[in-house]
Amino acid sequence: MIDIIKFNLNDKEISYTGSASARLLDFLRDEKKMTGTKCGCKEGECGACCVIIDGKTVNSCLVAMGSIHGASIITIEGYSKTERFETLSKAFESVSAIQCGFCMPGMLLSSECILDGNPKPSETIVREGLSGNLCRCTGYNSIVKAVLKASEKGGGLW
Amino acid sequence: MNNISSSIPKIDHLEKANGSAIYVCDYDTDDMLHGRLLRSSIAKGIVRNVRIPELPDGYFYVDSTDIPGKNQVHMIQDDTPVFTNDVQFIGEPIGMLVGPDLKKVGSLLSETQVEYENLAPVFDARGSEDIFFDFNIEKGDVEAAFAHADRIIEGSFETGLQEHIYLETNGMIGKFQDGKMIIHGSLQCPYYVHGALVDATALTHENVIVKQDVTGGGFGGKEDFPSALACQVAIAAFKADGKSVRVVFEREEDIIATSKRHPSYCDYKLSVKDGKVTGMVSDIIVDAGAYTTMSMVVLQRATIGSSGVYNIENIKVRGRAPKTNTVPNGAFRGFGGPQVFFAIEMMMTHVAKELGVDSAEFKLKHIVQQGDLTSTSGKYHFPVPLKQMAAKVLKESDYFKKQKQYKNQTGRYRKGIGFSLVFHGAGFTGNGERDIIKAVAHLKKLKDGRVEILTANTDMGQGLATTFTKIVSKTLDLPPEKIIFSLPDTSRVPNSGPTVASRSIMVVGELLRRAAIRLKDEWIEGEEQLIEQRYEHPSFMIAFDAVNFKGDAYPTYSWQATVVETTIDTLTGGISIDNVWGSFDVGTPIDESIVIGQMEGGIIQSLGYAIMEKCTIYNGAINNKKLCDYIIPTAPDFPNMNVYLYVDEYPEGPFGAKGAGEMSHVGGAPAVLDAIQNALGTKLSKIPFMPEDVLDILREEKLDD
Repeated sequence: MIDIIKFNLNDKEISYTGSASARLLDFLRDEKKMTGTKCGCKEGECGACCVIIDGKTVNSCLVAMGSIHGASIITIEGYSKTERFETLSKAFESVSAIQCGFCMPGMLLSSECILDGNPKPSETIVREGLSGNLCRCTGYNSIVKAVLKASEKGGGLW
Repeated sequence: MNNISSSIPKIDHLEKANGSAIYVCDYDTDDMLHGRLLRSSIAKGIVRNVRIPELPDGYFYVDSTDIPGKNQVHMIQDDTPVFTNDVQFIGEPIGMLVGPDLKKVGSLLSETQVEYENLAPVFDARGSEDIFFDFNIEKGDVEAAFAHADRIIEGSFETGLQEHIYLETNGMIGKFQDGKMIIHGSLQCPYYVHGALVDATALTHENVIVKQDVTGGGFGGKEDFPSALACQVAIAAFKADGKSVRVVFEREEDIIATSKRHPSYCDYKLSVKDGKVTGMVSDIIVDAGAYTTMSMVVLQRATIGSSGVYNIENIKVRGRAPKTNTVPNGAFRGFGGPQVFFAIEMMMTHVAKELGVDSAEFKLKHIVQQGDLTSTSGKYHFPVPLKQMAAKVLKESDYFKKQKQYKNQTGRYRKGIGFSLVFHGAGFTGNGERDIIKAVAHLKKLKDGRVEILTANTDMGQGLATTFTKIVSKTLDLPPEKIIFSLPDTSRVPNSGPTVASRSIMVVGELLRRAAIRLKDEWIEGEEQLIEQRYEHPSFMIAFDAVNFKGDAYPTYSWQATVVETTIDTLTGGISIDNVWGSFDVGTPIDESIVIGQMEGGIIQSLGYAIMEKCTIYNGAINNKKLCDYIIPTAPDFPNMNVYLYVDEYPEGPFGAKGAGEMSHVGGAPAVLDAIQNALGTKLSKIPFMPEDVLDILREEKLDD
């Protein structure tokens, strides 16, 4: 039995003693007041709540607190302080890829994972990598362009 | 291209990228109360009794008896109740339970029981005898055209419901303090919400304040609906002892209870003489759902658009919006256009097929030109660049060669290519802008030389904060950093009208440009100055008679030519989009990247509407109420789109701009269905067209063999 769930959140050690069945999404938004992680459906379909857990994007609405003991979690609040974010954000800005913005924290974290796994991805790999993140505004074209542009400009970062 | 078109970084980029933008769901709720709506479980009936469980301290219930003003949500007509006792659709709000713990509110709600007296609902729009609106257009002499025709060709077309799926669900926060009702949330039209609140709360205009929060997509879904939610939240806020009451919908609630695109049924008859269409009779039915909400204006646009981009001299159109006991259908990008343009575009391809001629050439032979009469006997005052735009996409796609090549295929995978031509009338229909909206915009110059834009228009993702800023910055020769754009707050901004109808840039943008010219002339260093600019109706317009549907329905039009190429898998019925080419004339793009984003986003919604997004209703209940069974496009679903901007400057718009946002949702559906027709060698007339529909057609094909 684990009484305390310990994990790393944006480079800070967290000890959690609440319900093991609580959602990571609710912990982030309601307890930590980290509202950059958005809730679009609460059923794992839209990707607005995705965070990076041990290097992979995961929908935090489907993650129970009990399952993250020992894990390392990055949310947009942590990621936005990195040089990689800076490069990615600039690339998104250069093609006006952000419209309503609600999907964007999740979209940027998925983009990070695509580039982390493959610094020079093809368009197909980018599209597949973003397939878990719904965007209703852009038609995805500009987002795909932005990720490819970040890959081009971000020499050595990924 | 005009140099205002060169893109600049969007002014709200960083806060949305780094997650710091505060949407309505992001406010700290520690000191707030949470509300959840008690919704009807039946489609029609009288509420006889509501049995609420014993409520703990701090929890309360509100319903129609708590409304100080009218139990009506003011929209165009005021038939939508704030809280109902006379249920008209499943999911209709009866009351609201409120308390400090959202989960507890939810469990109390699930223990609440409602007793009804059931009445017989109507679900079939075509069988409904309750017709909310009935519009007629007549032009020329249809009887004569039909009497002299070589052939009369008929067709019937259907389109389905479409759900907006803005990524951020509807939400609103309200607080009543010191005699003032302050409401903020996710919304497109602050003054629509304000007007509704004044009526329901019986407070004065000054004591109702509406503010827009950062809004996570609208597409029309936050045009009329937020007025209802705001009234419900306000009624609860009266009883909340100065605390804020927050309602944020779960996805399923948002799908069940908010407006959608009207399903439509369109019957057409075209008369043909010497290979040309001489007359058209069309009968347009859009299913309004339970209340009128936006149906009058959606139906106006549908009725007026039913002859498409074609110069048909003799027409007779009837448009009706019957009531059904289903969730009210309302505003959705394109606003009646996607339905009728689908119908007329398919109809033209069917007629061409009957006549044995190429459908693209047949369409091009009929397009309107500058100076021609519109369907309402108004005038196309400005150049119609459709020919050039069509030539571009037909050439880039190698349409004619492929279209021939794709006929009579027999293998598992069959390719097809399709073509559509559409317009979107820019701005409000008829005299709405002059007689109802009467837009006012302010520019406020601060002592330090910065200039603040004061309008009621909202940025819901379409980029208005940036494009408005650019218009003012360019006109004043000031860098964009010197221009302030804040989210609208009705206590600070004049009523420049709603953010709808592709009017914001063309109408309010032009007011800002004119205000900026005056400010530049009157500029006094170091002083605060306020410039007020009022709407003036373009003098060239032929006044619109909204009873007889005569005159200029729109000052000008945006134009679109689209080609879509598909591959059909005859084993699975799968439809994949291989390529899209679209040429768009929205006048001068105020920001090229933003406009391209609007065109791409609209096309993909239109393709989803045509071949993916299926929302059905059984006995008044929506079947597809989750994102796992109402499927919208994802990044790998559709390929890169080729977007070409054609610029025909509109002299009355800022820097030549006209309406942009909506049109891109109109052209995709008919183009992709035409491509599927090409692949399967058949005539199609219904969307959504799903893999099972492909298999049905192939089955019939086999039976025919």
